[in-house]
Amino acid sequence: MTAPATHVDYQLSQLDQLEAESIHIFREAAAEFEKPALMCSGGKDSIVMLRLAEKAFYPAKLPFPVLQIDTGYDFPEVLTARDNWVQRLGAHLVVARVEDAIANGVVVDDGKTSRNRLQIGTLLNAVEENGFTALFGGGRRDEEKARAKERVYSHRDDFGQWDPKNQRPELWSLYNGKLHGGEHMRVFPLSNWTELDIWHYIGHEQIEIPSIYFSHTRRVFNRDGMWLTESDFNPLKPGEQVVEKTVRFRTVGDLTLTGCVESEADTLDKIIDEIAVARVTERGATRGDDRFSEAAMEDRKKEGYF
Amino acid sequence: MDLLRFATAGSVDDGKSTLIGRLLLDSKSIFEDQLEAVEATSHSRGYDYTDLALLTDGLRSEREQGITIDVAYRYFATPARKFIIADTPGHIQYTRNMVTGASTADLGLVLVDARQGLTEQSRRHAVLLSLLRVPHLVLAINKMDLVDWSQEVYSRIHDEFRQFATKLSIPDLAVVPISALKGDNVVTRSENTPWYDGPTLMHHLEHVHVASDRDLVDTRFPVQYVVRPKSDEFHDYRGYAGQVAGGVLKPGDEVVVLPSGMTSTIEAIDLFDQQIPEAFPPMSVTVRLTDDVDVSRGDMIARVKNAPKPSQDLDAMICWMTNEPLRPRQKLAIKHTTRMGRALVKDIQYRLDVNTLHRDQDTKELGLNEIGRVQLRTTVPLLCDPYTKNRTTGSFILIDEATGVTVGAGMINSGA
Repeated sequence: MTAPATHVDYQLSQLDQLEAESIHIFREAAAEFEKPALMCSGGKDSIVMLRLAEKAFYPAKLPFPVLQIDTGYDFPEVLTARDNWVQRLGAHLVVARVEDAIANGVVVDDGKTSRNRLQIGTLLNAVEENGFTALFGGGRRDEEKARAKERVYSHRDDFGQWDPKNQRPELWSLYNGKLHGGEHMRVFPLSNWTELDIWHYIGHEQIEIPSIYFSHTRRVFNRDGMWLTESDFNPLKPGEQVVEKTVRFRTVGDLTLTGCVESEADTLDKIIDEIAVARVTERGATRGDDRFSEAAMEDRKKEGYF
Repeated sequence: MDLLRFATAGSVDDGKSTLIGRLLLDSKSIFEDQLEAVEATSHSRGYDYTDLALLTDGLRSEREQGITIDVAYRYFATPARKFIIADTPGHIQYTRNMVTGASTADLGLVLVDARQGLTEQSRRHAVLLSLLRVPHLVLAINKMDLVDWSQEVYSRIHDEFRQFATKLSIPDLAVVPISALKGDNVVTRSENTPWYDGPTLMHHLEHVHVASDRDLVDTRFPVQYVVRPKSDEFHDYRGYAGQVAGGVLKPGDEVVVLPSGMTSTIEAIDLFDQQIPEAFPPMSVTVRLTDDVDVSRGDMIARVKNAPKPSQDLDAMICWMTNEPLRPRQKLAIKHTTRMGRALVKDIQYRLDVNTLHRDQDTKELGLNEIGRVQLRTTVPLLCDPYTKNRTTGSFILIDEATGVTVGAGMINSGA
């Protein structure tokens, strides 16, 4: 909230309206589902979710655990921010590791499949093992065409799949949480937020986010037009050369696939200025996994992607 | 900066997708990679110009068929406002999607093709927006370039629509002559319409006054969640969390908790770690009461002298959303505010023809995408208001208990 004093005109800013809507969604899902969990990658969207959940239940602690899928290829700075948040909120953290899922034969690492895709099987296995009936996700409808039609309560069948042609109508703020055995719900409290809203909110709330969102010096190499970080997980291919650049990340994910952009923005205000005039979407700029086909996101979502 | 949610209705032929593409493009909400993808697709399909409609085609099956089959949400912002568009398909078989999109809209945008004038479809869109109590309506007369920017065409459609609208509830109407393809009167004023002295479409969207659309008089606070920290620091804390659905709540207010009828006084209103002097729609807050009364999810806090009457018999308009028809004696789950119950269909009074407003009283059932007046009996008392007074406490959804699917949307006329 921007002004806790008297609202003489009874107006809420759009950011306050978004916050109120998201808090409503958190409370609704926490009341209606037996065993929800909040999916947290440690990225900016999941951190905004943590903040909204904190506000929704204050002064009580989060009434659900925080679930992280550890790809094994996560940025250390992101894990640090996640740990700080979990500790400050006194939340219960559940980590499901892609490494463990590979070792247990839950998913198969054929050397060609990205960690992002292997997360799907790891996640669905964690849902089954823990008996989660609802997962809060940080997906926003402005991110990608396939997301524009996603419901706030997005139903998944007992294979964890999304059927875009057979979604439940969603009216007013009356969400339908009915489930049958084996099914679960994805709940998206940030559905109506845009990338710029997320940054304005982080700026307004002055909350901690991973340091890699801010401009820093990094050893990077160019692959398929994207700057990727130098890492043992990401061996150079012939012809690729490591250079030092001043960069920041617009999204965080599997570090072998998540590109950074050249940027001098080292404060929240500068990032907001940069985003406001950005001419390329965050996924188009920095996510190798969405580039494979025009319907890449739609396909992964149907399989049970976040 | 404030927020305007609007729903668009119209078919591909009316240029709706082109208009939305134009609003996004001219407000600089389209990114280069999105535009490049659309340009490449337009080129590969052999089009002469970039098909802006491709910007809003979401699902693969829709792209393949060249139609919109579901509600899609789009976002853009100008320095004045942030906008959320509920983009809904126009054909009658998608009435349920239009009802869905309109349910959260402050404003409805109906598109007509200047060459066609008002069609059955545009009348239906106006009827649905009126039924869903969307308080502002814009009629955009598109493709004015194809009728030589004729003032006579504009006036004829305008007059015809105004006449039709007298039978509806449309408190605020604007009629704008545009060309979505060329951009005239969308964001920039057109030199082709010197006879038109109204605002451009974007100017209207940026300035239409929506602040008075809420009910700030009749206090309604549906309890969503009981906050009980059970910690040493907040040992005795007991707060009732919810989103204000109507009126203004202040500490010191004498309130009644429904359906029990117990009375108490508001001790404090918490917004995260701060106490605030008042709460109003659509704020999400936590209310504490001075007395240790029994309050749980599904209850409603209202004022002692201004409270809804708990009611198990509902008279409502229902939009039916599934293939298997609604019939008398059917039993369904019902969700109203934060309250779940079961409902029995007692009677279907009539089916409303959304094209002609004719009431078919001989009907025995409501089919997919049909709307009718229905009497329901519920297992639990609902704390409701007429939909015309409050869109939150006046609405409900019906759920098929076997499949879990949302099958109906209801707007309450009255409870008894």
